[in-house]
Amino acid sequence: MSNKKTKINFPPWGETPERERGLFVNNILKSYKDVAALKGISFEVQKNELFGLIGPDGAGKTTLMRILTTLLLPDSGHVTMDGADVVKNYKTIRKSIGYMPGRFSLYPDLSVEENLQFFATVFNTTVKKNYGLIKDIYSHIEPFKKRLAGRLSGGMKQKLALSCALIHKPKVLILDDPTTGVDAVSRREFWEMLKNLQKKDITIMVSTPYMDEASLCDRVALIQSGKIMDVDTPDAIVQKFGRKILAVKATETYRLINDLRGHHKAEAVYAFGQYIHFTAIDDDIEVTEMEQFLKNKNHQSIIVEEIVPGIEDVFMGLMKAPPSLP
Amino acid sequence: MKQLTSFIKKEFYHIFRDTRTLIILFGIPIAQLLIFGTVIKSEINDVKVAIYDQSKDDFTKRITNKLLSSGYFMLEEYLESTNDVEDIFRKGEVKEVIVFEGGFEESLIKEGKANIQLIADASDPNLGRLAINYTRAIINDFIKEEFPEMQMPYEIEPTARMFYNEELKSVYMFVPGTMAMILMLISAMMTSIAITREKEVGTMEILLVSPLKPIHIIIGKVTPYLLLSVINAVVILLIGHFVFGVPIQGSAILLMAESILFIMMALSLGILISTAAKNQMVAMFISLVALMLPTILLSGFIFPIDNMPTVLRWLSVVMPARWFIEILRDIMLKGSGVLFVWKETAILFGMMLFFILASVKKFKIRLE
Repeated sequence: MSNKKTKINFPPWGETPERERGLFVNNILKSYKDVAALKGISFEVQKNELFGLIGPDGAGKTTLMRILTTLLLPDSGHVTMDGADVVKNYKTIRKSIGYMPGRFSLYPDLSVEENLQFFATVFNTTVKKNYGLIKDIYSHIEPFKKRLAGRLSGGMKQKLALSCALIHKPKVLILDDPTTGVDAVSRREFWEMLKNLQKKDITIMVSTPYMDEASLCDRVALIQSGKIMDVDTPDAIVQKFGRKILAVKATETYRLINDLRGHHKAEAVYAFGQYIHFTAIDDDIEVTEMEQFLKNKNHQSIIVEEIVPGIEDVFMGLMKAPPSLP
Repeated sequence: MKQLTSFIKKEFYHIFRDTRTLIILFGIPIAQLLIFGTVIKSEINDVKVAIYDQSKDDFTKRITNKLLSSGYFMLEEYLESTNDVEDIFRKGEVKEVIVFEGGFEESLIKEGKANIQLIADASDPNLGRLAINYTRAIINDFIKEEFPEMQMPYEIEPTARMFYNEELKSVYMFVPGTMAMILMLISAMMTSIAITREKEVGTMEILLVSPLKPIHIIIGKVTPYLLLSVINAVVILLIGHFVFGVPIQGSAILLMAESILFIMMALSLGILISTAAKNQMVAMFISLVALMLPTILLSGFIFPIDNMPTVLRWLSVVMPARWFIEILRDIMLKGSGVLFVWKETAILFGMMLFFILASVKKFKIRLE
């Protein structure tokens, strides 16, 4: 081995200064006893990017987030954040990141105001100093500032948690499943807030199991069973997919799914809301052919359309799992 | 520093907003003290005795009178032969029989020695032991009054307890024990629960991902409980002194200093427990079962250490409460100064250092 003096800013594997990058994840492996949770994760997040980590529950998102936030040690691999290594320089990183864990992790017996003030002093700052940053978010819950945090609604808890994570003006904001258990309106508001924060010189990494949220990110990484399947902009991921997808609808949805799965060309059949998305082997299917097939099966009010695949279709396609049983 | 004060403030909010915590902190100690002090006495009252006086001289009569006028004993009947002893025990009323040898006065004056046989009904071993101890103490007392210049003529080993507590007031013994137990309970259990609660609620995750150092978290957690435990110690001492009349012979300052040392030792033990326990249930279980029971059973609080089997006697050496109880008894009842308790103090101090070092070492800066 060469006697390299590892500089924090220039890890041995990088050619460009890490300072230029927001987050650099290189070949992370992590196992819990016999179960491999992360099987070689690598990706980069640019500075001031809104980066999504999309994957189902149990894919390894939380484990990865905890490694990024210095809470867990990877078995092997490196992560640098703003040039600092998450294992060696964990103290530096703990000063400069904002972290919002998956479940509500504030003090339920402290009021909204007390929670915020506590986290401000813990990070050596004051609410006043960085109020500008959280104003848009905190203003929603400010009328309830005397209320105990445990008595807030799901959406308000989430806003408070975000305010607390932001109060020290972190360079990197890491949000683990922030929209789980939050209503649709609050979710949309939340993503608008993230978009605004991005403009304030903050790199944001957010994980979510909701694939419809993927299109709101600048770039996304699709993760499944501890492996990254693709990293790209949502549009590029969809374009690369290039499969032909039929959206099918009829009155008897359950029988429709079974019939579609029974189709001899069926590769993937998934329900998306009221529609069933059908992917054929080698994309060898036409709308009229499908209509005829369903008519023969005596389905009523049949609608068959060819659609532009969404990120969810891509994800399902990439999972390459056999169509699961209903 | 500001981080720390804000942490401590937050901790006080937790304590004062949770009624259950408040009850455990202040209600239970006072209730326990009152219960232990009044109900679970090792005092005896009106124990029925029988006397078989083979001598019937002046001395035996005076001893009998002294015994019966003490309030601890009540005469059931005079026996006339040794055979009656077993019969009277069988009836179950009489718990102790006192037998004076023939020619008691004569041999006491001539030889300086006379024999009294004390026979107790040991079906209730505790009562039996107490009755014998009380009788011995009263007889010793009598002899001392009669012959102040003379060595005690009976082969009696006066225990420390009789010596320093001539009236044999049990509550004197129970106040130090209860104090050790309560301080142990509050300090160790409450801190271990308070820290594991952060793990359970998930706030520990955020605290770890912050510039807070482990020592900040530990000191922040411990300080409120230190203050509250000191208040508790003062309350216990005040109740002991004014309600139960337990004397405080030694220096009150030394007493408080030793109490603070013991509290800090228990707090560091609580932190150590919290580093091992994953949730509040486990922390509570460890504190109660692995800490409380040995403290009660092995510290000499209820069962005298001298009466224990060798193995348990050795085990009692590692019980912090044992040393604290000894310190308390020395200071409160004997009025000893720091020179007499330095060894016990050093042991407690060593235990505290050990627990602090172990918990700082075991405190996890990451999740597992």
